[in-house]
This record gives sequence, structure tokens and C-alpha cells, in this order.
Amino acid sequence: MKKFFSSALARGLFWQLIGLLAGAGLVTGIRALMGLSTTDTFFFTEPAWVLGGFISALFFLVGSGVTSDWIKWARGIDTPDHHEDHHTGWEKYINLSLDHKVIGIQYTLVALVLIGIGGLFALIFRTELAASELQFLTEDIKLFGQNGPQLYNTLMSLHGMIMIVSILLGISGIINYVVPLLLGAQDMAFPRLNAFSYWIAVPAAVLLLMSLFLGGFDTGWTGYPPLSARAPVGMQMFFLGVFVAGWSSILGALNVIVTVLRMRAKGMTAMKMPIFVWAAIATSLIALTATQLIGLSFQLVMFQRLLGMGFFDPAKGGNPVLFQHLFWFYSHPAVYVFVLPGLGVISELLPVFVRKPLFGYRWIAMSSLGIALVGFVVWAHHMFTSGMNEYLRVPFMYSTLLVAVPTGVKFFSWVATMWKGKISTPTPMLFVLGAIVVFLMGGLSGPPNATVSTDLHLHDTYFIVGHFHDTIFGGFVFPFFAAIYYWYPKATGRKMNETLGKLHFWLMTPSFFVLTFLMMYTGLIGMRRRIADYDPALGIDFYHLLMTIAGYLIAISVIIFLYNFFVSMKKGEKAEGNVWNSRSPEWQVPSPMPVHNYDQPFEVVGEPYDYGLKDSTYVRFVESAKSAHK
Amino acid sequence: MQHFVIVGILVILMSILTYLGLDAIGLAKQMHPVAGSAQAASIDQLWNLEIIVISFLFSLIVVPMIYSLLVFRRRKDDTTDAEHIEGNTTLEIGWTVAPLIIVVIFAYLGAYSLGEVRRVDPQAFVVNVKAQQFTWVFEYPEYGIVSTELYLPLNKQVVLKMESSDVIHSFWVPEWRVKQDVVPGRVTEYRITPTLEGNFKVRCAELCGVSHYAMESSIVVTDDAGYNAWIAEQIAIAAAAQTPEGKGKLAAVQYGCVGCHSADGSPLTGPTWFGLFGKEQTVLDGSTITVDEAYITESIRDPNAKIAPGFTSPSVMPPYPNLTDEEIANLIAYIQTLK
Repeated sequence: MKKFFSSALARGLFWQLIGLLAGAGLVTGIRALMGLSTTDTFFFTEPAWVLGGFISALFFLVGSGVTSDWIKWARGIDTPDHHEDHHTGWEKYINLSLDHKVIGIQYTLVALVLIGIGGLFALIFRTELAASELQFLTEDIKLFGQNGPQLYNTLMSLHGMIMIVSILLGISGIINYVVPLLLGAQDMAFPRLNAFSYWIAVPAAVLLLMSLFLGGFDTGWTGYPPLSARAPVGMQMFFLGVFVAGWSSILGALNVIVTVLRMRAKGMTAMKMPIFVWAAIATSLIALTATQLIGLSFQLVMFQRLLGMGFFDPAKGGNPVLFQHLFWFYSHPAVYVFVLPGLGVISELLPVFVRKPLFGYRWIAMSSLGIALVGFVVWAHHMFTSGMNEYLRVPFMYSTLLVAVPTGVKFFSWVATMWKGKISTPTPMLFVLGAIVVFLMGGLSGPPNATVSTDLHLHDTYFIVGHFHDTIFGGFVFPFFAAIYYWYPKATGRKMNETLGKLHFWLMTPSFFVLTFLMMYTGLIGMRRRIADYDPALGIDFYHLLMTIAGYLIAISVIIFLYNFFVSMKKGEKAEGNVWNSRSPEWQVPSPMPVHNYDQPFEVVGEPYDYGLKDSTYVRFVESAKSAHK
Repeated sequence: MQHFVIVGILVILMSILTYLGLDAIGLAKQMHPVAGSAQAASIDQLWNLEIIVISFLFSLIVVPMIYSLLVFRRRKDDTTDAEHIEGNTTLEIGWTVAPLIIVVIFAYLGAYSLGEVRRVDPQAFVVNVKAQQFTWVFEYPEYGIVSTELYLPLNKQVVLKMESSDVIHSFWVPEWRVKQDVVPGRVTEYRITPTLEGNFKVRCAELCGVSHYAMESSIVVTDDAGYNAWIAEQIAIAAAAQTPEGKGKLAAVQYGCVGCHSADGSPLTGPTWFGLFGKEQTVLDGSTITVDEAYITESIRDPNAKIAPGFTSPSVMPPYPNLTDEEIANLIAYIQTLK
């Protein structure tokens, strides 16, 4: 326990609380001097909460020690290039580390915690939806200043944003852990920035969760004004949380791009990089250049609320539809940020378990970039019914449908990779296969939304909810699990239990199909998005009951996964060699990986996926004086 | 070669079965709910076409996957790798160009179908729609009628000119297929030609706050005779409402009060008006007040001033600074009658 209280995490959280009180106190003091009100429904006034929240994030960073080296540099004090980790075991993960592998696991652990919280929220409101009429989130209950339907809206909105943040952290986890290993680099290009990108996500998550206790907010994760301009103070905490989390995404992406550009092993030309690296590059390009827009659009609403600037207030000449343009300019490309790494995992793992080269490597690599680029010009398809200029709908329909082309290339190439392979199906491969089929469901339910006239019916219904859960599960959740099962031995030297892994898969996959298919089906019948209750006359009570049961089965399967994840660290079967018989460089050395990765550097002497080609290898380790890299 | 023939046949079979299966549960040609407008016909047609292509593409990917898993699975004790096939440029070009063509065709069909949906009938008549948290109000400018129900004649195009006084709402009737957001600060337009008689519901499709789920109003589509009878009845009601109570009752509809305040004691988003006048109650800040003219006027102008017991702060209700003193007096007169 003592070890916990002296950890960077505990220190950061303590200072975050101090920062919150200091910032809020400062504003309250100034307000008192100016003769303005000093307290409100949630003790502090809204400006006090906002400044307190912002300062709390800064205090967290300084208090946890993430910025210590930079502060020392600014004062002219040198620090060693590498800090030797003196923490062992679990403490490593709640303390500051500059090792990309530790940071990768830190990201993954926080992502799992947030998936747990977001999932719990989903179960609460899914239970309410099991039957029509309000059962327990009724008008009479009162929690955190909210009645039942308000609480429903808050939980539903937070489910969305918490899951989004957990996805961003999850992909950063995989990318951070895997990319330097695939490149043959000792670490990321900027290890301190890397640690900063991770640690800043922690106070961001705290701010997001605070919104639940400060009256919540009822706008969904999209936060459209004017509704978001009138929501309780929780809205501001939500905006602030997303704003701060955005920094994590932007700086992390910058680091990935520089690492890939500058730190590849000798001989690793663009077309010889492992395919996952291409996906990481594509996703980072979007995250680096688009994330600013969601931060800014939320900041504008924040200022509208705090300072009365009427950006989106029609009474002051503002335009509510403008917000939607700004918001979706990030938030549509963002879904490609979520799925591209997952699709990269599919392409990376498939050849290993099929024992055949990846079919059309160049096409798959280019399709990732293609999706990333086209993704920038499709945002207004979220606004076909928004009242924007009508003629804009047709060009955005064309651009959106174009996304189907590079996505199709991926599917066809995966099928061609499997064709005539020698396929085995251990747990990671099961999740890869599940990912392909689920993402296919998501992909195929997309074009009807992209086509304006059918979208006029589908927009804002449960059909959309089913569609994007398919894309996110296929593009992120299934590949994320596949990646964990696959690289777990690399990180721990032990395998996760196969039986439990298969149970996880076979429980989750059918339940998920039932869940999303019924979402789409009820959406067509008349079930709207984001409603706390539905009209019993629609006759969809039974489907909702089934969806709720399916939701619980998915939750049980994830609990099985978590049990497997933690128990296998101590009790899993030893796996220190090349467990999957892969050609990839990280599997050519024993697990777990030493602190500074490869003891000897390698150079690339072949193609990454030449399975079936006699006597060929991808990399060769060089034994030379140069290998003394320290 | 043999593999390709088998898979080809299976893909075709699977496509047909998928389509028939989806149609059987009302997801293809026979859509649920039944189409109720001229605009829906064109949308459903395109949807059916999309389902055909989706059924085919789904089979095209899933069948070879499952076939590979079954036929090409790793045999026991076989540790060798598979055949070394790196790719095939012709195939890649093929499966890039073919989807591109399909996509362009569908975008064209989509634009064409959008044109059909938006086709203007010069004879169309206008109904003004006022959306606010959590009610829909319909005004018939030709007759000076205000109603919380939308009555429409069969087979005549109507243009709904929609405005919102607070946040964004969205007008959606599942049977009509078409949806249009209602945005504060502008007028959006919704054209529809109902082709099916009966009772429907407009359901707000854009999250608009606490009681968004309950923002549903009834729509009645009837033949000309029924419609004219309803219009006549509404005109008579409006004409009869010359007393302050009568005018107040109309104003309660017009300003959307009835969306949150019931007249019969049933619980809605706001306090019921039944038996409200003259009641003594302890408001949120702890003081005890009597519901009189002054209190009601204050609550209309500034809903946050004294929040009734059991309701949330800040109040969900928007302030109504623009109501005239006379209108408020009429509303109070009406509330006084509710005992």
C-alpha cells in the first residue's frame, strides 16, 4: 500500500486534487472581490470548475514527475539519457518510465480500465432499455443532481466518450509496444514526450468522469450546441477532458511518425516495413492533423458558455450548424484513427496463422493511406439531415462511398491470403477471423448511410448504432484482443490460457452478432438513437430484452478475458521462444524483451511475409562492434 | 480450378439465401414499417437494391473464408508452410475498379432518388411546425389554427416549414422514411405526400435533452372529407375561445406549455397545472410560497427563480421573456380553471 501512495500515479492524483482546489479557489476569490456569486448548485461556480479542472491537469503532470526532466533542462541541469527503472513488478506500471514497452502496457491497462467503466455504464442503460417504460431510471430518483432520464443521458453520453478515449489509448498501447520492436529501434524517438502523452491521458480521464458527478450532461458524445450550451456544469468537464485527452493523441502521433521516419533498421525500406507500421503511420497522420478540430470546436462552446461569445448562438448571429462541420472534420477521420491500427493487426497476424505471404502487400499498405486521405473529405455525411446547404449532400455522398474502394481492397486481399493457406486457429487467429466478419458487417451496413436518400430514413436511428458498433468492434475491439493474445508472451514470457481464450471468443462473438443485428433491425422499425425509453407500440420490447441479454454475455466474456489476462502473468504456460513461428523480428529473440530491446541490431535481408519461401528470413542480426550501442 | 467452381456456386447460393432471409424478416423488398408516403417509395426501391448488393458482397467474402477454413485447414502434424503466393496485380486492379464502378452507380442512383424525394409539387400547402423541448406545435396559416396534432389529407403534398425556439430537434416519421433537423435560427423545409391513411407518430430524432425520448406527437392522415371536418372543428374551437380562459388554453398549445405541464394531474416533465393555482408549496431554496399571479408570472419569465419541489435545478424550462402581460393573464385564467 505504501508503494502505491508513493507512486507517480498517486502523487499525480493528489496534486490534481490540490490543483483543482487552487484553481477553483482562485476564481472564487476573484469573483468574491468583484462582487459576483461565489457558489452554485455544485458548490463552485462554473468558471471556477473550468479553471480548476484545467489547472488540475497541469498539477497532475508536474506532481507525477513527468515534466521533471524538462524542468531540469530549463534550469540548466543535465539528466541521463535513460533512466534505469528501479521499480519491479506491478509498481513499474504506476510509476514513471521512459521505456516504450512499459508505456505501451500502461496505455493498455488504462484502456482496459476505461473499457470496464464504459462497459458498466452501457450495462446500466441497456438494463433500463430491456423493457419499455422507465423501470429504475425514473423521474423520481435523484443522483448527482440528475433524475433518471438525465442520468440515462449522462451515462449514454459518457459511454460514448469514455470508449473513444479507451480506444485511442488502446491503439496507442499496441503501437507503442509493437512499432519500435518491429522497426528494430531501442525506443520511440522522444521517450519523454512519449511518457508525457501517456500520463496526460490520466487526468483527462479523471476530468471526463467528474462530469458524471457535476450534474452530468445530456448531449451525447457529440455535444451539439445549443443543447451543450445549456447543459449542466458537467458539460464543461466533458469538454475539458476531451480537450486534454486530445494532447495525448496529437503528441503520441507525432512521436510515432518521427520514430518510423528516423529509426528503422538498416535495409527496411518503405515497402519492406511490417504492414502494421503502415497502419500506424496512416492513423498517426490523421491523429496529428485532425484532433485539433474537436478540441477547438469544444473550446468554442466552452467560451460561449463562460464568456458569452455567441459562436453557435443564433440570437447573437452564431450558427449551430457550423459546430457540426468543425466537430465532424475531426470526428469522422477519428473513426479511421480507431480502425486502421486494428486492420493493421489483422494484416499483420493473418500471414502468421495462414503460413502464406500477405496477398498484395503494397495494395494493403496503400489502401491504409487511401482510407486516411479520403477520410478527410467525407465529414458532412453526418449532416445529411442537418439543414446545411442541400447541394452539398451529393458531393459528400460520392466522397463517402469512395471509402468503400480501399476498404474493399483490404477484404479481398485478406480472403486471397487465406485461400490455399494452411490455416490454424489458436485464440489470436480466432479474433482475427471474428474481426474480419464483424468489420464486414460494419462495412456493408455503411453505404446505405452514405447514400443520401436512404440515410434520410436511417440517420439518428438505432441502425446507425448497430452499424458503428460493428465497425468499432471489427476494426478495434476484436483486433485489440487478438493483439493482446498474440503479443502477451512477448511482454510476459507466458501465454494466456487457450481454453479461456476460446471461451471468451465463442461467448462474445455470437452475442455481439445478435446485439448489433437487432440494433439495426429495430432502428429500421422506428427505434431512435439516444432515447431513455421507447414507445411500446413499436413492438420491439422482446428484441430489446434479447439485446440486453447479449450485452450481459459480452460483459461476462470480457470478465473471463480479464481473469485470464491477470492470472496468466503468474500462472500461464511458459513461452519464451517464437511461440507463433513468426518471421517478425521481435519473435527472433527470447521473451520477455530486455529493457533496451535488441542486444544486437538487425538488418532487413528479405520480405516480411515470405512464408513458404525456402531458406528466406526477414531479418538478420549483425554481430559487430557497432552493436555496442551504449 | 475445382475450388473456384465450388466456391462460385456457393457464393451465388449464399447470396440468394441471404437476400431471401433478409426479405422474409422485412429488411428488403417488403420493408417494415409499411411505406406511408410517395417519397418512401423511391427510398425503399434504392434500399432494396442496396440489400441485393450487400447480400452478394457479404457472401463473396464470407463463403471463401469459411471454405478456406474448412478445406485448407492445417492437417495434424503438418508443420510446413503453404504455397508462396505474393499477390496478383490483375486481381488487385480488378477488385479496385469493380467496386469503384459500383460505387459511382450507387452515388448516381442516390442523387437521383434524392431528387425524387425533394420533388416539388406547386400545389403543395404549408403547415408551420414549431419545435421546442419536448413538444411539436403545428400551425395552419391558411386557417389560423394551432394544434398539437398534425392532421393531413391523403395524397396531397404538404410543406412543413419548421422552426425551433431552443435546441436542435429532428422531424422523423418512420413510415414516411424522410427526416429533417429543425435548427434554431433558421427555417428548414420538409416535403411529404402521405399515401397511407391512419395514425402515425412524429418522433424527435435528434437528442434534445432530458425528455427527448418522450418528444412524440400524433399524426393523423385521412381522406379529404375527414380532413375538412377536422379543419372546420378547429376553426369553431378557435372562434369560441373569446374568453381569457379560452385564449389561455390556446396559448398553452401555441407556446408548447402542454408538452411539459399536464391539465389533468398526470406527471410530465414539469409540474402539472391541475389544482396548481392557490397551492402552498416549499420551493427549492426552502421558502414557502403560494402559487398566485405573481409567482406564475415570475416562473414564466424566469423559470429558475423559484423551482417547484421535486424538480431539477437549473430548470429544464426555457424563459419566455416575449410573452405579453395579456397573454400571461390569459394563461393564468386558464390555469385557474383546472381544478
